[in-house]
Parts: sequence; C-alpha cells; structure tokens
Amino acid sequence: MTAAAVFFYLFACILVASAFMVIASKNPVHSVLYLILAFVNASGLFVMMGAEFLAMILVVVYVGAVAVLFLFVVMMLDVDFAELKHGALQYLPVGMLIGGIFLAELVMVLGSWAIGPGVPSAITAPIPTNVTNTEAIGLVLYTRYVYFFEVAGMILLVAMIGAIVLTLHHKARVKRQSISAQNARTPQMAMKVAKVRTGQGLGSNEISSKDAGEAA
Amino acid sequence: MSALLQDYLPLVIFIAVALVIGLALLVAPFIVAFQQPDPEKLSAYECGFNSFDDARMKFDVRFYLVAILFIIFDLEVSFLFPWAVTFHQVGAFGFWAMMLFLGVLTIGFIYEWKKGALEWD
Repeated sequence: MTAAAVFFYLFACILVASAFMVIASKNPVHSVLYLILAFVNASGLFVMMGAEFLAMILVVVYVGAVAVLFLFVVMMLDVDFAELKHGALQYLPVGMLIGGIFLAELVMVLGSWAIGPGVPSAITAPIPTNVTNTEAIGLVLYTRYVYFFEVAGMILLVAMIGAIVLTLHHKARVKRQSISAQNARTPQMAMKVAKVRTGQGLGSNEISSKDAGEAA
Repeated sequence: MSALLQDYLPLVIFIAVALVIGLALLVAPFIVAFQQPDPEKLSAYECGFNSFDDARMKFDVRFYLVAILFIIFDLEVSFLFPWAVTFHQVGAFGFWAMMLFLGVLTIGFIYEWKKGALEWD
C-alpha cells in the first residue's frame, strides 16, 4: 500500500467516525468539536484529490467561521440535558414515522439511479497539470459559470439582510458616542465661569449672563 | 505519490510533531502527577460560596450577528482569490462580473452600516 492510500484510509476513517460521533455524542458542544474534526479530515481528502484551493477554503470558512457559528448556536440554545433525556421517548413514534418516510424516499431514489454514460471517463480523467488548482477554478467561475457566481452574491446579500432583520434590536435611549459633536465642542459651549461673592454663595439668580460674559 | 502530495510532506511532519507533543502533555499528568481526589477539591469553587448557577448561560444574540456578518465577508474574500490569480485570463468580462458581485455585497454593507449593525448597542 502506498503512502497516499494509507493517508486516504486514515482521513476517511476519521471522517466517518467523527461524523458518527457528531450525532451520537450527548453533549452538543462535543458534537460541534467532532464536526470540526470532520471538516479538517474532509479538507485532507480534498488535498489527496488535488483540490488544494477547496481544501484551504474548507479550513478557513468552515473550521474558522461556520464552526464558531455552530458553537454560538449551541450556547444560545441553553440545553437542559435532564429535560432532553426525559422527553426523548415520547417523540419516538413520530421520529420513526419520519425516518421511515425518508428511508422509503432514499430507496426509491437509489433504486432508479443510473450513472450517466460520460461520468466514468470524466471521473477517471487525469487532473490537468498545466494550470494550478486556483487558476482552474478562476478560469471557469468568472466566465462560464458567471450566473452562478452572481447568484452566490445575491444569496450572501439575502443572508446579510436576513440576519440583520432577524437579530438586530437596538435598545431605546442608548447614548452613543458622536465624534463630530465631540470635536465641535468649544470651552464656551461646555462651561460657564461665575464670580462668587463672599458670604453670598452661589444662588441660581447670582449666575448672570453678565458674569459669564466677563469671565469669557 | 504525485509531486503535489510530496509538497505536503512538511505539513504532515508538522502535524505529527504537534500531535505527539500535545498528547504527551495531556497524558503525562495522568501518569506522573500525584492524585488524591476529594469531593471538596473536585467541586466548583466560587469564592467560598456554593456555586449559584449553572455555567451554561444564554449568549446574547448579538454575538451571532457579528459572526454571521463575518462569515459573509469571509466568503466574499475567498471568491476574490481565484479572480486575482486569473485576472489576466478572464479579461474585461471577468473584471465586471466581479465588480457586479462586489457591488451587490456593497449594497448589503451600506445597509448594515446605516442600520447600525456594526455598533454594539
């Protein structure tokens, strides 16, 4: 067995095992950590196939950002484990019904599955070595598949606006810093110098505009 | 083994060394360290009181908003890499395709800025 095959089986086994642990582990935080392990191993498999750019994007986007998002969601759920275990059995019939429907659908889909005539030759075609991986993506993404590229931009826009609409609630009457207003302040606007006569104190009628004018 | 995979040999060695060091530091205390567990030692310590509350508490949803906005711009930048590499090949069409893409996301960015999503309060 060559080293490449050893690494393929190593990545594939860890990937399948950690994907199983994602659904099997009781603690949702552990599930997310296993999911990160699965992402890293999937990126290893991408490297084995020669898709370096996809592998690095998988690590940067999924491990760096999506996994953090999952952790936030898990933290936001506020899971009560005792309550979870208590109510699990009463959902069993409904869960089994939905699972059965999905299984029937999968059997129907896979039963009528046929591999297209050009697919085996396309899969086994050698990876062109005259262009680099990133270059090969760039050559088609912005010309031939430009429609999908722009649709991706639209989807990102929808995600951005949707996230803001759903989660952004500003508290009323919060004092914010206004830098331009701060810089425009002058000593005359900010303070007033009053002359205090001995024994008379500083009554409200004593601070006349005349005193303030003299001081300034 | 192809030349591409041979380029990754240093990475494999690096990960192997990191794994060995990490596991050694994790396992060594279990073997070497003196252990005498006690219920009082193992309980959560909170300034002499019994702990008031569960350590799990609800996160503010605003963290989620910051994270999702980060992911969107992260993806935008990842689309820029192949474009930059093939800048001369894709020509004016590719250039304007990317400008349209960036323009769409800039609309979202302006919306986000004006809505005050970048402010904490």
